[in-house]
Amino acid sequence: MADVNRGNRPLSPHLSIYRWHIPMLTSILTRITGNALIVTAIMVVWWFAAAAAGPENFAVADGFIRSWFGDLVLFFSVLGLWYHTLAGIRHLIWDEGKMLELDKAELLGQIILIVSVLLTIFTVVVL
Amino acid sequence: MAYLTDRKRAHGLGASHSGTKAHWRMSLSSVALVLLVPLFVFTFGAILGSSYEEVVIYYQRPLPAVIALLTFLVGFWHFRAGAKIMIEDYSRGLSRKALLAGLTCLSYGLAAIGAFAVIRLAL
Repeated sequence: MADVNRGNRPLSPHLSIYRWHIPMLTSILTRITGNALIVTAIMVVWWFAAAAAGPENFAVADGFIRSWFGDLVLFFSVLGLWYHTLAGIRHLIWDEGKMLELDKAELLGQIILIVSVLLTIFTVVVL
Repeated sequence: MAYLTDRKRAHGLGASHSGTKAHWRMSLSSVALVLLVPLFVFTFGAILGSSYEEVVIYYQRPLPAVIALLTFLVGFWHFRAGAKIMIEDYSRGLSRKALLAGLTCLSYGLAAIGAFAVIRLAL
């Protein structure tokens, strides 16, 4: 073997060494929000299943989803959902080969962060 | 072998043996969800907080029911595909297989329960 020195070589720098920047933050947030939304999905499916089952079941699920805890989960769900939706649109734009330059990608990241908060405020006000 | 082009010889030999179809389907479901998610948020959000009777009457209407049904089906398919990529990124061996099996059960299970509930409410 030409390469006998395995395991003693410098490792490539990993996550902890990099300064957090917008593309990095918005990328991992897409994964976190997308996967965390399973909590919301379970709650919503429970609500529908309970409504289909009858008034007693519905009262339990509806009571939970409208409790302060359910409200808190729904609030962060709306934020996560709008964020993930906007991040998904960003990926569709990138798939077309557009906005891939570093400064434009940064700008796009800032836009989705700000617009997701604005959409959340709008949703909370309207509903 | 000599008749195969270089491209054909390399086909399917990537780390995952596939991927372009998965990517394209993910893109398609994303486009569908860009429409469905706002529709679902504002139809579901509009009725959340009402009484049991009002909820039942609301979901007997075609539009809210169809929006909820499609959101469940496309949403859980999209979730399964996305969570699958995460599992494949972070886990190996038996735990990867177990997680993927669990994910499949969870995704299709919730989609089926959600769809059944909406249809039962609507009919």
